[in-house]
Amino acid sequence: MGIAHEHELHQRRRGRNIGVGLTLAAFIAIVFGLTIVKIGSGDFSSATAPQGAGEVQSGN
Amino acid sequence: MSDLTTNTAAPAARASEYDAQFGDYFALLKPRVMTLVVFTAFVGLLAAPVPVHPFVGFCAILFIAVGGGASGALNMWWDADIDAVMKRTAKRPIPSGRVQPGEALALGLALSGFSCVFLALATNVLAGGLLAFTIFFYVVIYTMWLKRSTPQNIVIGGAAGAFPPMIGWAAATGSVSVEAVLMFCLTFMWTPPHFWALALFMRSDYDDADVPMLTVTHGRRSTRKHILVYTILLAALAIGTGFTSVGGPIYLAVALVLNALFLKGAWDIFRRDETMSEADNFKTEKSFFKLSLLYLFAHFGAILVEAGLARFGIDLLGAW
Repeated sequence: MGIAHEHELHQRRRGRNIGVGLTLAAFIAIVFGLTIVKIGSGDFSSATAPQGAGEVQSGN
Repeated sequence: MSDLTTNTAAPAARASEYDAQFGDYFALLKPRVMTLVVFTAFVGLLAAPVPVHPFVGFCAILFIAVGGGASGALNMWWDADIDAVMKRTAKRPIPSGRVQPGEALALGLALSGFSCVFLALATNVLAGGLLAFTIFFYVVIYTMWLKRSTPQNIVIGGAAGAFPPMIGWAAATGSVSVEAVLMFCLTFMWTPPHFWALALFMRSDYDDADVPMLTVTHGRRSTRKHILVYTILLAALAIGTGFTSVGGPIYLAVALVLNALFLKGAWDIFRRDETMSEADNFKTEKSFFKLSLLYLFAHFGAILVEAGLARFGIDLLGAW
């Protein structure tokens, strides 16, 4: 059941909560972006992958 | 921490009436210092001969910045007692009572672990390891040990601020080369004259806090001599870097002009005594400090321009 009445505490902590929420959203975006880039550049290719599969690595 | 706790009693009482805002926690990360870390790490990353995917490069800089910020939070946690005494730092989140010391410790430790692990995952283990070492060096070697025990605190502790370009380089290449070491040395040698100039005109701060700055232990005359000697060594290093692969004609032109100005500033400081400085409210020392900020940004900016030109195949002097 949700909180029926907003306490003064919620007002005071609104800025902090929004900041934490945005930070978490940015973290998710970063992990997602890194995953896409790493998979796209072949960094996660397995040892049994066909020869030449890792040749397009970006060098990082 | 030392026993200067009486100064933090009043802020602690105020803390119960105040909820820390997001900006207060962000202030723990020393955002102004972070700009230097971000910029020099960015230059190290781009000056490296190995191209990096733009998103990976962005993440690497972000994690280096977060790691630098984490060490800042741990520094503020440990130094809360002397920060409360010094005018320059009294308004920081912990001494002003906006953030509890335990919160700063938790934030610092969590962000340290996060930044090192994610930098290693995003780039390579060497870069992550170097970031971990930098945090350790700044927090344990400098903050906990050297800062309160030796007047050489700034000299040795300056290494912590010099690592970011090397980490940026390592993030791109997976190794550390002579060029990365030269960029490290540039910041390392720049730090002492920069901070000693600050110590000359922030007169009573370090005295009040019992921090053994050179001005306190060896006197102000000796500090002026030290600034001149370090500036001469820095000039030789900065101009010499112009003849390496990260240098070039633009870098060399910038280095020659700025080092001439910096040497003149150091010479002027050396020639002055306390009576002259007090007469004009430390005008020369303050302008030297401002010039030192421009000095470092311009040198790394020139390295960045040289790297950009090389990346686009533009060769200003074919035989350079």
